[in-house]
Amino acid sequence: MILKTALWAASALALMAGAAQAEGSLNIYNWTDYTSPEMIEKFEKETGIDVTLDTYDSNETLLAKMQAGATGYDIIVPSHNFIPIFIEEGLVQEVDATAMPNFKNVKERWRHPDWDPEQKYTVPFHWGSASVAYRPDLYGKELESYGEFFEPSEEVSGRISVFKTPEEVVNLAHLYLGQEFCNEDPAAMQRVQDLLIAQKPHVMAYSSEGMNDRLINGDAIISTHWNGYAYKGRTLAEEAGKELVYAYPKEGVIGWMDGLMIPASAENVENAKIFMNFIMDPENMGIQSNYAGYGGPIEGQEEFMDEALRNAPEINIPNDTKMIFSFACNAKAQSLIDRVWTNVLR
Amino acid sequence: MIANLPDSPVLRRSLALAPALIIIGVFMLIPMVVMAIFSFLEAKSFGGVVWNFSGSAYIQLLYERMLDDSLRLSPGYLIIIARSFLLAFVAMVCCLIVGFPVAYFISRQPIQHRNMWVLLITIPFWTNQLVRTFAWIIILGRNGVIEAPFRFAGLLGADETLGLMYSDFAITVGLTYTFIPLMVLPIYASLEKLDFSLVEAAADLYSSRWEAFSKVIIPLAKPGIIAGCLLVFIPSLGAFIQPDLLGGGKKLMLGTLVQFQFSTARNWPFGSAIAMILLAFVMLFLILYARAARNAKAMDLH
Repeated sequence: MILKTALWAASALALMAGAAQAEGSLNIYNWTDYTSPEMIEKFEKETGIDVTLDTYDSNETLLAKMQAGATGYDIIVPSHNFIPIFIEEGLVQEVDATAMPNFKNVKERWRHPDWDPEQKYTVPFHWGSASVAYRPDLYGKELESYGEFFEPSEEVSGRISVFKTPEEVVNLAHLYLGQEFCNEDPAAMQRVQDLLIAQKPHVMAYSSEGMNDRLINGDAIISTHWNGYAYKGRTLAEEAGKELVYAYPKEGVIGWMDGLMIPASAENVENAKIFMNFIMDPENMGIQSNYAGYGGPIEGQEEFMDEALRNAPEINIPNDTKMIFSFACNAKAQSLIDRVWTNVLR
Repeated sequence: MIANLPDSPVLRRSLALAPALIIIGVFMLIPMVVMAIFSFLEAKSFGGVVWNFSGSAYIQLLYERMLDDSLRLSPGYLIIIARSFLLAFVAMVCCLIVGFPVAYFISRQPIQHRNMWVLLITIPFWTNQLVRTFAWIIILGRNGVIEAPFRFAGLLGADETLGLMYSDFAITVGLTYTFIPLMVLPIYASLEKLDFSLVEAAADLYSSRWEAFSKVIIPLAKPGIIAGCLLVFIPSLGAFIQPDLLGGGKKLMLGTLVQFQFSTARNWPFGSAIAMILLAFVMLFLILYARAARNAKAMDLH
């Protein structure tokens, strides 16, 4: 272990020494609007490596592309629930994150996650949560439970906006009902379906886009939301003299985390590892967080983050709030989810 | 070089046809065959297909597999198909009602002005459909362009709404708006050829205005009307942007159902099966159209 770390440090140093010359290239394949140009520029300056960026808009797209044999990418950034699929399908290679010098900066709670317990394949990146956001100025009270969203009162009927992605909606329903995610028990799924069908007459739209627009113009009073997007929404709402709050209901929130991985087909493996180590530095992750608007896993990165983001309630989850991570369901649980969703929307 | 060209006229003709055949083959036939094959395979859990023959995608359309593995007839998907047909039909009728007078108006303009009018009709096509659909959210939505005067006049309270957005009405408006040029242009094409002296003749023979319209203009414009109706109806049937953005995605339509199977549901065979059903309906309408056109031609010859 120590030997590995030492070797790693040595090779990293050797590469740093030659930073002035071009050190080849690195092709990053990341989510749209998610990669800080400032951070990339800093990386290029420090290492001399040329970075090319390509983007995708969903885990499904990334997976389909890698399954179809896409080559030429050195770093990909799947979400935690897709990470086991990439490993299982043999689409990524081992990176041994724990041996990297900067791994010591990773906060304890983000080390050895369920989806990669030995941290063999992933370097942790942004994390976030999904819950509901609401307009306290229109709602008139504090939202404390998902019950107020799934079984809404008369005043907010017809002004509820819901994600279009069945997994997230079903998981929120599970949270509210106190049930396990990826449930294979038909009775439990029946309860989810009953809840969603009863909620439907109160719903204005099923959409995973434009939540901020609907909340700010008052079309919606309560909407499912992601914390980073809600942070942007709150800022916009404040400019318009309105309130938008990302809620931490007592039942908890759904967590997600993206991880950096190296595809099996990568050509610049060493450069990809240098990048992984680079991103685990507090300053670099701080710069990256400023751009993406999401929290990161690195100790001390707060120091390099904008004050507004550092103090944002959206990324500072209360200590007593549970964050439950979803995972990719097996075929049986997935088909139950699909059936529930089709029954709700037909 | 020229000497190298084959002498046989048959070979030459097939060479000349080759580009068209290749395009049809590569961009139409092959994808359709892939889709047809996929619809008879088994779904892989994370997207993709397993190469085992299976009719389950088609069975799923009609039956729901119960938990004890028995099958029960389930109207869920049939309701979705029926709803798609109804909305596509309503959109088609709205396009016809709005589009016919427009086409008639243009065809009665002096020749040198007509192209300008046609150009005006096609201008919206230059902008992305998604952007134009988003514009309707601003028009129909809460505090939107339509509601603003009501609010100004005090007919709507601060927190009230007309409820135009996120409804079947909004979907119909979106579909009508998007596809109306496809209705206007073919009708215009038939009306432009219409010899107006026939209408004058009808008037000379004591027909009323309505009779001249229904017995002279409509029959002569019929090929254009049928073509326009098909051109509007078919894409409306598979549309998914308008139901999603303007309808709030509250009710699945054929287009959204297909999209759902290939994205989150990761059930490619079922998505392919629905697409095949959609294709079958489109084919049916095209055959009916071809028959109607042939009959119309036969009538002309008599």
